[in-house]
Amino acid sequence: MGLFKKKPAAPAVDLTHLDTTAKAAAEPNKEQPYVALGLKTEEYESIKSILGRRPSSSELAMYSVMWSEHCSYKSSKIYLRQFGEKVTPEMKKHLMVGMGENAGVVDIGEGWAVTFKVESHNHPSYIEPFQGAATGVGGIVRDILTMGARPIAVMDQLRFGAPTDPDTARVVHGVVDGISFYGNCLGLPNIGGETVFNKVYQGNPLVNALSVGALKHGDLKLAKASNPGDQVILFGARTGADGIGGVSVLASETFDADGPSRRPAVQVGDPFAEKVLIECCLELYAANVVAGIQDLGGAGISCATSELASNGGAGMRVELSKVLKRDESLTPEEILMSESQERMMAIVPKKDLKAFKAIVDKWEVEYSVLGEVINEDRLYITWHGEEIVNVPPRTVAHDGPVYERPVAYPAYQDHLNYMSVHVAADGQGLHRHNDNGSELAAQMWQIVTSPNQASKAYITDQYDHYVGGNTALAMPDDSGMVRVSEESGLGISIATDANGRFCQLDPYEGAKLALAEAYRNVAAGGAKPLAVTNCLNFGSPENPEVMWQFKQATAGLADGCLELGIPVTGGNVSFYNQTGDVAIHPTPVVGVLGVIDDVARRIPSGWQDEGHNIYLLGTTSDELDGSVWCEVIHGHLGGRPPKVDLAFEKQLAEAIAAASEQGLIASAHDLSEGGLAQAVVESSLRFGVGARIWISEICERDEVDRTSALFSESTGRILVSVGREDDVKFVGLCEARGIPVLRIGVTDSSAHLEIQDVATWPLADLRNGWSATLPELFAN
Amino acid sequence: MTMKIGVVTFPGTLDDRDAQRAVRLAGATAVPLWHADSDLKKVDAVVLPGGFSYGDYLRCGAIAAQAPITQEIIKQAGQGLPVLGICNGFQVLVESHLLPGGLIRNENQHFICRDQKLRVENIDTPWTNEFELNQEITIPLKNGEGGYIATDETLKRLEGEGLVAFRYLEMNPNGSMNAIAGLRNERGNVVGLMPHPEHAVEAGFGPDTAAAMRSGVDGLKFFTSVLKAVVNA
Amino acid sequence: MPKIIVEVMPKEVLLDPQGKAVANSLHRKGHNDITAVRIGKRIELHFDRAVTDADIASAKQIGENFLSNAVIEDVVSVTVEN
Repeated sequence: MGLFKKKPAAPAVDLTHLDTTAKAAAEPNKEQPYVALGLKTEEYESIKSILGRRPSSSELAMYSVMWSEHCSYKSSKIYLRQFGEKVTPEMKKHLMVGMGENAGVVDIGEGWAVTFKVESHNHPSYIEPFQGAATGVGGIVRDILTMGARPIAVMDQLRFGAPTDPDTARVVHGVVDGISFYGNCLGLPNIGGETVFNKVYQGNPLVNALSVGALKHGDLKLAKASNPGDQVILFGARTGADGIGGVSVLASETFDADGPSRRPAVQVGDPFAEKVLIECCLELYAANVVAGIQDLGGAGISCATSELASNGGAGMRVELSKVLKRDESLTPEEILMSESQERMMAIVPKKDLKAFKAIVDKWEVEYSVLGEVINEDRLYITWHGEEIVNVPPRTVAHDGPVYERPVAYPAYQDHLNYMSVHVAADGQGLHRHNDNGSELAAQMWQIVTSPNQASKAYITDQYDHYVGGNTALAMPDDSGMVRVSEESGLGISIATDANGRFCQLDPYEGAKLALAEAYRNVAAGGAKPLAVTNCLNFGSPENPEVMWQFKQATAGLADGCLELGIPVTGGNVSFYNQTGDVAIHPTPVVGVLGVIDDVARRIPSGWQDEGHNIYLLGTTSDELDGSVWCEVIHGHLGGRPPKVDLAFEKQLAEAIAAASEQGLIASAHDLSEGGLAQAVVESSLRFGVGARIWISEICERDEVDRTSALFSESTGRILVSVGREDDVKFVGLCEARGIPVLRIGVTDSSAHLEIQDVATWPLADLRNGWSATLPELFAN
Repeated sequence: MTMKIGVVTFPGTLDDRDAQRAVRLAGATAVPLWHADSDLKKVDAVVLPGGFSYGDYLRCGAIAAQAPITQEIIKQAGQGLPVLGICNGFQVLVESHLLPGGLIRNENQHFICRDQKLRVENIDTPWTNEFELNQEITIPLKNGEGGYIATDETLKRLEGEGLVAFRYLEMNPNGSMNAIAGLRNERGNVVGLMPHPEHAVEAGFGPDTAAAMRSGVDGLKFFTSVLKAVVNA
Repeated sequence: MPKIIVEVMPKEVLLDPQGKAVANSLHRKGHNDITAVRIGKRIELHFDRAVTDADIASAKQIGENFLSNAVIEDVVSVTVEN
């Protein structure tokens, strides 16, 4: 439009107050605000010894963000190593890129690979839920993009405070709107996730975002700068004062009890800019004009320059004043730390510069050449020609401090474990209404309509799960599944899980339980589990009891993966999820990726036809500690979580896969929170097919009471429906594989769910109750 | 020679690849059209797919309505070129004044994604001729700004002249006046609707039906209709 | 910085769901004297020179043809800040 003209040229810059490297050498005793930037005295001393002088203020800015807990993993590193160590060669077979890169890459066959990762955006999402959640989605999608993959789906794992707390609605609305606003604008189907309410998350909601991308083997890219002479280009959105200091301040400091004391500028997301950036990057990759692309998220340019150089074993020379800015008053330190979204840094061979420019121009994306890769182990950054940074890139990006923090067995743990369902209520044990069908029915109704067990459609209906036209399974099914190859039907599935209550009771077993459930969910959909990612949400690492939880959980996850034979490909750690002294329940979100040779074979989670037999695979024990029944009916948490038998989980998964290949099963639904009671309700409501269920044979065979039969959360169980014609074959298959199989019901045309001697509900009533809870709490 | 159907991509368009797939599944050739071009590449019909063109900034579809490709589409629509606007494409058609009225934020303020039942109320268009009059179909709906509004006078004219092509059944998901889901123009060649027929074209990836999960393919008829219309033209 | 300010409002007769939602929320907070809320847009056109009458005329036209949709919105004011 002719109305707009360029702004007048900026006045000449004043460099007299610039803290150059020369000044840093000449004025060694200048006091620096390293404490306010989150650095400890030892860390500051260590920077001085690396540089042989005090850091310039720009260098201090870089080290402080890159050495923050969020970027350096300094408290978790020693425990994360075991994910790379507890592996067999067989487990690595499908792994094209392991941990350490932006995201792991897994070979899924037919020349295709996928990359997937979960990341936390917890603290920003409490301060500003809408932008916090939105930019969380944006960040993880850019991570996936840097591997050369086209992002194909997203999921999110959410934990909110008590549903009735007045602040919860603020966070729920903001987070859900943010994910909906940003995710829907990117054209990526949202295929699943979790929503859990618990008062332990009141001041520390968890917003984890997962993205998965697909690529052909030959298109794999690694973000590194290794060829001297290649151009360093910043492209995408302009740099502004977004989230300055956010990474170190937001992610490394525990909130005061009365809420966040500092409110730094939050990052503001522009999903349109991101969508354009996605298409632009994919076209750059396809044209083969970039050596590598790194996303700018937390720690912005500090991270991108130092990581690209360090990864490539080279150096870089950058003129920072060439960065395109939204605000001309930004200082070099602020530019280095800015977390403005929707920016990428490309390494472009000189010969490809013209082609690069043509593509970014086509997408109307702004860019500027900041400098070039050099054949020297040094990152030089200048500001209007004056040197402000002169560091070995590896010391910023990868050689941050590593801590072995004190670990202590929690003082409360023994008592917590002692307070099982059998000794709670003053030693009487939590009361069970085994002989009273109507009381059991009332409990079942209370559980099914409780906020954590009720339909999440109020939330998930705000997400586009259709875009792309490849979604084969999505919420409310057990896993999300998308087609990767339109020719063959090859696809992937993902399920994520974390049970904070189980982890509080036993973080080692709790992490294994999360793994087992995600694994089982993938298997129930008909896919073969292949790889694992995680997002480990914990309290303060400076609290030895939290550190014990972390140590136990990581060991449990690593041991579990080894036992199942599937590798961890990457992950993310979020510490400091606590308010005052009160930490969240340890919440290690575990994501399992599965592959399926043809998504047409996928198994729905609900009953589709009448006259099918309903089988329960696996056995039930009296395992109610940490269960939903304990929480909803008795408000109790204590005892020990259910036992997990991963060898059996593997057997069970293989049995489902075999049955699915032979087309023997019509539906499969894993049993987890809420036990059998929850599973039968969800299975009937999925497609509105009624059934008659009897639990007496479970009680007899497994020697459990009716409360356990309905509500126990024993692992290794899947509810399956089978057409009459496949009955004999299916039961034979299970028996041959040593899978306990029991017929517990039959689907019918009654439009009722009947649980013999307990309750009979019209499906319409059940659906109304199950669907009404969240809208009643949050729709206004 | 197979028929060519253009699918426009604006920056921020999301469902262009889905629309191209729908065109292919119907048996035609999909021709990608770029927002900055003015060349319609001799296509026999055009689809304006869903998404958030130009970020939906200013108003949904408003900036896309000014694009060079849209100017050419407006011109050729005037000469009878079949044009289908889906969701954001419908918003572009409204902003281009090819269809009357406007689309505003959903009544409940939230984006909504659901399998939506519709009634086909006009089959005298190149995009609906394969349906039966008053046929009930299920098409995925996903929008944040899909509330159809118009003046009383316009509504009266739309209803009186039978220009309402699709109406929401069972529930009005976004507060549209008269539960209007889609419209046609007087000539019939331009059709716009909020629901997404391109998401109901392939068994396994469409809406649920009584027969099986994700087996709904009611959307395919939009694309086979236009094939028939062009061949018969 | 000289600028022309264009203000656009949803048409009086039409539903403004955003405004309605804010009004409901205000009523819940006890602001019962507020009878309605309507939410519009303020658009600034910046210049690096003084604004002329021709600019204003052109801004009015842009306002009516592009910045607003006459079907659902009205340009309620075009003002200059020099």
